[in-house]
Amino acid sequence: MNYLEHIGKYFMMLRQVFKRPQKWKVFWETLFREIEDLGLKSLGIVMFISFFIGGVVAIQTALNVDSPFIPKYLIGFATKRSMILEFGPTFTSVILAGKVGSYIASSMGTMRVTEQIDALEIMGINSLNYLVLPKVIATLLFYPFLVAIAMFLGIFGGWAAGILTDLFYSVDYIDGIQLDFKPYFLQYAIVKTVVFAFVIATIPAYHGYYVKGGSLEVGRASTQAVVWTSVAIILLNYFLTQMLLG
Amino acid sequence: MIEVKNLHKSFGDAHILKGISSTFEKGKVNMIIGQSGSGKTVFLKCLLGLHAHEEGSISFDGRVYSKLNTDEKRLLRTEIGMLFQGGALFDSLTVEENIMFPLKMFANQSKKEMLERVNFVLDRVNLPGSNFKFPAELSGGMQKRVAIARAIVMNPKYLFCDEPNSGLDPQTATVIDNLIQEITDEYQIVTVVNSHDMNSVMEIGEKILFLKDGKKAWEGTNKEIFVTDNEAIVDFVYSSNLFKKVRESYLKESK
Repeated sequence: MNYLEHIGKYFMMLRQVFKRPQKWKVFWETLFREIEDLGLKSLGIVMFISFFIGGVVAIQTALNVDSPFIPKYLIGFATKRSMILEFGPTFTSVILAGKVGSYIASSMGTMRVTEQIDALEIMGINSLNYLVLPKVIATLLFYPFLVAIAMFLGIFGGWAAGILTDLFYSVDYIDGIQLDFKPYFLQYAIVKTVVFAFVIATIPAYHGYYVKGGSLEVGRASTQAVVWTSVAIILLNYFLTQMLLG
Repeated sequence: MIEVKNLHKSFGDAHILKGISSTFEKGKVNMIIGQSGSGKTVFLKCLLGLHAHEEGSISFDGRVYSKLNTDEKRLLRTEIGMLFQGGALFDSLTVEENIMFPLKMFANQSKKEMLERVNFVLDRVNLPGSNFKFPAELSGGMQKRVAIARAIVMNPKYLFCDEPNSGLDPQTATVIDNLIQEITDEYQIVTVVNSHDMNSVMEIGEKILFLKDGKKAWEGTNKEIFVTDNEAIVDFVYSSNLFKKVRESYLKESK
């Protein structure tokens, strides 16, 4: 199948996903379960990675700006900007594409090869709407919070790195993070996050839902889902940055 | 009654079903048999609406499937119960949640009423008290019984079974066969079973449809199968020495 066919099939899938849930009570139950599975269970890894990424960004900036003509508050400023503009939304989304994307593709792929999706269809349930819509809503609702936590912890990690390594003073770092704060950058980051959240829920769902074969194909679908979700995030990041900041 | 007329189905250049016509009646266990690759599974999936057919028609008590809109098709599907080869139970749900699932989606009942119905069907398949077990904690036969319970919980008009005995020991297979037969008689539903198991065919197959190379090669009852001289079905059924001897003794006795 060529790429255009895949893209067409993906949008056809979305048409089925965005239909009114057949039973709202079941939808809410599923939504809360998905928020736990796709959001809360990713909190630990996101917190861990963003804290250390913030630390590394601060240390590398400090080591690269050792000229007496460059003010030390620049370290805090650069760490803040990096975390808000890129590391928060994009880096976190790429991590989630790996963790959540493989989970969605493999769980749906397993449901497909064990005929659980056929069972749903035969019961008269719109399986795409039942399985994918709660995932999309869960990621759209929860990922902005996750990214906000990642931004905060990244900036905090940068401060902690300075304290632990004595490469810069706390007061300079705090001056830097307070300097030239632009709320629009937060809006930009949240818009990116929402778009990436949609991609993280739907591309792996597509790969899992249409898998054919057995367990080997489920594994392949899971890998492909992670690869294509990451590619989509990187490309969308480029276009969104050009559109919103260019 | 399910009526199939001149059903054709292809995948690319491969013409799988070549004009199959048949009827499946209420209160009878209708069996579809045939060699691997004869088109049985594709035929069953066409009946279930999982594969769209190119030519011909399938009607459920006069409702022609291809002429129904999406909502009507979904409504019709709520009248269908299906027992999959592997059970197709939802792994993340308990036995009780699996059986209650169609009720939660389609029946406007209170939790108490749903629980009563779940316990009733669990009793019916001889699995009382297994409500809180997960599918992974059950044996193959028990999983099949839970799948039957889920299939009948909505009081279906049509029950489809895909290889209900595959992977089961003969004793458990007989239990499943008897259960299918009893449910068909009790609820007067149209039951269609896709099977390889000749014991099942002889035991409960009140009507048998034999497919060969995507065509209907023979149709009859489990009694007629002993006396038919149709070469295709004789070659298929009596490829085993045991069945050959059973047939010979049957024919001797009837003379």
